[in-house]
Order: sequence, then structure tokens, then C-alpha cells
Amino acid sequence: MRFVDEFREPELISRTAEEILRLAGRDRHYRLMEVCGGHTHAIYRFGLKDILPDNIELIHGPGCPVCVLPMGRIDDGLSIAQRPDVIFAAFGDMMRVPGTQGSPLEHKARGMDVRIVYSPSDALKLARLNPDKQVMFFAIGFETTAPSTALTLMRAKAEGIDNFSVFCNHVTIIPAIRAILDSPDMRLDAFIGPGHVSTVIGCRPYEWIAKDQDKPIVVSGFEPLDMLQSIVMLLRQLKVGEAKVENQYKRVVPWEGNRAALRAMAEVFQLRPYFEWRGLGFISQSALRLNEKYAAWDAEQRFEVPGIRVTDPKAAQCGEVLKGVLKPHQCKLFGRECTPEHPIGALMVSSEGSCAAYHNYEHRKAAMATSLTSIA
Amino acid sequence: MLDARPASVRFRDPQIEMAHGAGGKASRKLVEGLFAPLLFGSTPGPLGDAAHVDINGAKVAITTDSFVVKPLTFPGGSIGELAVNGTVNDLAVSGARAEALVVTYVLEAGLPTPVLEAEVCAMAKAARDAGVRIAGGDTKVVEHGKADLMYVTTTGIGRLIHGVTIDPRSVRVGDKILLSGPIGDHGITILLARGELDLEADLRSDTRSVLPLVEALVHTAGPGIRWMRDPTRGGAATSLNELARDCGLGMVLFEDQVPVRDMVRGACELLGLDPLHIANEGQFLAVVSPDYADAAINALSLAPGGSEAQVIGEVREQPAGTVLVTTRYGGSRIVDMLVGDPLPRIC
Repeated sequence: MRFVDEFREPELISRTAEEILRLAGRDRHYRLMEVCGGHTHAIYRFGLKDILPDNIELIHGPGCPVCVLPMGRIDDGLSIAQRPDVIFAAFGDMMRVPGTQGSPLEHKARGMDVRIVYSPSDALKLARLNPDKQVMFFAIGFETTAPSTALTLMRAKAEGIDNFSVFCNHVTIIPAIRAILDSPDMRLDAFIGPGHVSTVIGCRPYEWIAKDQDKPIVVSGFEPLDMLQSIVMLLRQLKVGEAKVENQYKRVVPWEGNRAALRAMAEVFQLRPYFEWRGLGFISQSALRLNEKYAAWDAEQRFEVPGIRVTDPKAAQCGEVLKGVLKPHQCKLFGRECTPEHPIGALMVSSEGSCAAYHNYEHRKAAMATSLTSIA
Repeated sequence: MLDARPASVRFRDPQIEMAHGAGGKASRKLVEGLFAPLLFGSTPGPLGDAAHVDINGAKVAITTDSFVVKPLTFPGGSIGELAVNGTVNDLAVSGARAEALVVTYVLEAGLPTPVLEAEVCAMAKAARDAGVRIAGGDTKVVEHGKADLMYVTTTGIGRLIHGVTIDPRSVRVGDKILLSGPIGDHGITILLARGELDLEADLRSDTRSVLPLVEALVHTAGPGIRWMRDPTRGGAATSLNELARDCGLGMVLFEDQVPVRDMVRGACELLGLDPLHIANEGQFLAVVSPDYADAAINALSLAPGGSEAQVIGEVREQPAGTVLVTTRYGGSRIVDMLVGDPLPRIC
């Protein structure tokens, strides 16, 4: 299959892995953070940890939009959808994420009109097909998905479709990286930069990470060879004490980003003064809301929003895991109270969440290694 | 050590969700935590695709399956065809040849007669092709809006095929895992046929009777066959996880040996799904002792529709109770049972 098989070619992968081994040496430990949940998923799915030497540690970052969404936002969205005239539309990613009264899927099982859509424009289509209903699109995602929400809103406005609205939870990646870097218990050497987000925002917004924070960052693709090559590029920088922004994912990511997508976002959204991130707390100017021109399509203005705030269960250590201070299996609840079937923390819900990825792909492997060692 | 087969726990979920019918972990919990203890007593042992019962010394296999697929027709098949093949296959992989089926139709008021007639014809043809008699049936009609046009349930009875015993507990370290052909065709075809994805692919459901392939396998490698299963809902990963748990051993798959069509792989890559979790309706998995593996693959390859059969992995001591997929480039990952419904990942 084109654009896939070339990037999983065993010969190239083993050569790149050898290069990593050579560059990494033995005398230093490297802590690299992959910002994006898609990368976390890829690391586990392709078993990249089996290929990398022990002194390269991958820390899973905050780039899983489902994982960082506070439970109160889900409760708010679902409380609007309790109204009998409302259809709650969201991506499949959202469907199993628990609110305090259950996930959207559980609400659907109890009779709520919950629909899975594959793009915001499908939600708009639902609004056209159901003129006597209010269709609310529960929008999530970083800059990857925000432009399609923006374009859909522009179309709704142009066509005057007034039974459509957006409950906006779009967040932006740069403030999250800044919060991670500002965190006192954080020690990182470099970043594997997000691939999909960068198709929209380009590479320039990361320049401060290199300049001010002296950390290398390489924007990376999602195939095994992409990620290994990005690690080579990071190690080369670290070896010579450089810190710059590089683009490994050139086949998709333009340096300047996607201007049309950025224009659509600017047309529709404005920054919220602050927004709560699960595990990270309140981060200023880190999320988007609809601006005045689109107020009529803003679910938060059209409906009454209870503004529910839910504190995460004390025992769950999502924040520490999200910042890479703890590994998923070091959390007290991991694999016991908190599993992919019954997630307590959001990192266990999305397949891009580091806990779910670790649980699905890795932890029994780890248990196996331990049991083998104990036999030896 | 990991406990490969944890004791059954009581079913505690407060209500039934779609996931309980998706064939994965939740379905298993429902069966083991509620149905099995209440219907068959507390320790049912490993559950197969069909039950074997002894009637005055005559051993027969019996199974039942309901079909609720939407849309009713899709490239490569329709609900009627599935309803026959599904039950014939459940019997086949439990080592039995389907002799007779009975059918229950649950019809929604307003169902156009030509639609019903087309499905009944499809069933008659599938039954002829599979060499099974439809011996009786029942019809119920529910109010408009209470069913998706029609549901079909088939119950089948079969005679045990001589020379084969299916028992997960007979699986040994070193046994080979065989797959009859490419996986994922049915599930992806249905997903695309729903028309919600704006994706198109020249794909067809793989629905067919696997009985001829099973018979070819039994004929050549009967004594070496330990276990068979048709990986329908929940996909190959779920079937192999159940086996791993039932026998307490590790199922190690070689990813590049698992046959998957490019279009299925492509759709799965786009949607963030794993082909190992996608439903099939015309394939089966078998575990065969190593000394019979070559003969088994030869027999399958020569049988009609078996040319893409492959050894996809082997049974190892570790990781116990688990399915591990290894890649050509040296990485490996655990593949669990399907959790919930396979929901496409967007962001």
C-alpha cells in the first residue's frame, strides 16, 4: 500500500535503528516527549520500544484531545442534550468518554438521541435533514480538526441553517507545550513535534521552543520509519548541542502551514481567556470559542449551560501521567479500577491516551518480562 | 505469572449497551457473568461455536445465531445469505456438518414484500449451496419502528464430522495457527455500505459456507486439528484471545503473514481500526499440531476458495493468555479482544 509500506520497510527500519543505537551511545539518558496522541498510539501499535535502546525514554505528551477534556465539559454537553429536541452529534472518539452520569454511548442506550458523525459537515447534514430538531455538534480536537468545524460554521451561516450549533471544546497545542515546559517537575531533552496539527499551523509556532527553551523539536510523521528518523534528527541535534525546529514530515507539513485553514479559524473563533485541561489545570489562552459573528451558532449561548466542574478522582494520577512524571502502570488505579472497559481517567478512554495504549499493547508484555526475569 | 483464566465474575453492568452485542470483551462478560451461570451452572468450561449434545447415544451439534445487519443487502451478500452461512459455519468450526436449519423471522410492519421475498430466495440458495435443509420456521411481526425492516434467527443441527475433536485445552506449545483467507472484508464492506463515511472501495463481503474448506482440512489433517473458530464479530483478535485464555498459552502472530486486502488495510489505516478486530463471515482460524501444518495448508490451498490460506502464527508458552503480534521490523504489540464497538477514530 502506497505511503504506508515504504515507511514500514524492515531493511530501512533496522538501518535507522542502528543509527539511533550509534548516536545514543551508552553514557547518557535521553527523555523525548512525543506531544501528539497519534504518536503515542503509533509507538505502542508498532512496538517501537522494542526497537529503541533503553536509554531513550519516550514521554507521552498532552496531545490527545479526548484525554485533556475535563469531565465537566462532557456533563455540560450532555445536559443540553437532555432536552428532547436536541440531537447530540460527536466523533466516535467521544462516545465512550465518561461523564459523571455515564458516556454519550450510555446516554444513547438510555434513549438520548446521540449520533456518531465522521466530520462536522455530517452534523450539519443532520440539521438539514431534521429541521424540527436542534443539532448540537460537540466539537473536540486541536488545530487538526478546528478548521473543519470553522468551515462548517461558515457554511451554516451562509445557508442560514439555524437549528445547528457547536459546543466548542477546541484547544490549541502551543499553550499546552508551554505549560508542560513550565512545570517544575519536568525534565525533557527534546520534542517529537505533532504531525497533524502542524499541517495546519506549520512549523514556525515552535521556534520559541528551540530559541528560548533550548530544546530541539522535530515535526514527525506517524509511520515507524517517520518516528525513528525523527529520533535520529533529534539525537543529531542533541549530540552537537544544537536546538532548532526541523520538519521530518515534509511530505504533508508545509513550513508555513495551511493558510486557508488558518483563515477559516480566524474567521470563526476567538481565544478563550483560559480553559481547564484535565490533568494540567487552567491554562490561559489555550482554547477556542465562537466569536461574536457566530454567536447565534454557539451552543453555549443558545442553551443554558450548567457549567459543571468535576474534580478528578483523587486516586487517579492522570496529571502526573500526562506530564510524563509517572508511567501509566505506576498510577495506583491502572489496570485495577481503571481499564479500557471501565475508564476512570480519560487517558484510559481514547486509543491515543497513553494509559489505554499502554494497557492495550504493552502492559502484559511488561508483566511477561518480569515473570521471565523472576524465573531466571 | 499471569492468571490466564480468571474466575468468572458476576455481570454488574447496570444496563445493556451496544458493546454487549459487539462480540468482544463486553459480550464475553455478559455470557460468562450472566447467561452461563444462570443457564448451565457455574462452570460451563470453554464455550465453543456450537454445543455438542448426546441424545440416546447419538452425538449431535446444535447452535443458533441471530442476524440484525443493516443495511439488509451489501456488496457480496445479504442478511438471508448470512443467516444460513453463519449457522452452517458455527457448526462447521465445531466439527459438525449442518443437516437442518429452522428459521425465525422478526418482521417490521411496513416491510415491502419484494424485500422479504428476495431474502427468502437468498436463504434458499445459500442453503442449497451449503447442502443443508431448511426444515421449519416461525414468523413474528412487530410494529413499525421497532425493528430495522427484518431480523433473522437460524438454529442449526449438525452431525459430527468423523475424525476431528475441537478442544481449546488440547492446544500445545509449538502448534501452528492457520487462517483460511484474508480478514476484514465483511466488516469493512458493511461499514462502507452504510454510506456514512463517504469512502468507496471495490470490496465484497466474504460471506460463504466454510464447510468445504473445513472438510478438506479434516480429511488431510484431522488428527492434528486442536481447535477451530470462525472469527465473526470481534474479529480474529477476539477469537484468538478467547483461545489464549481457555488454554493458558500465548498466541504469537506474524503480522506480515496475516492476509489482509490492501483496500481493507487502507480503510483500517484511515479509520484507526485494526483488521484483527474486524468481523468476517467466510473465514476460519484453526490451530494444528506442527507435524500436520504443511499438509493442512496444502489441503486448504487446493480446495476451492482456499488459495489464500496461511500459517499466521504459532502457540508459545509466553505471553500466557495473550495474543502478541510481531512485525517484520522487530516491534511487537499485544492485541486484546475488541473493547466496545469498533468506533472510527477521527482526531
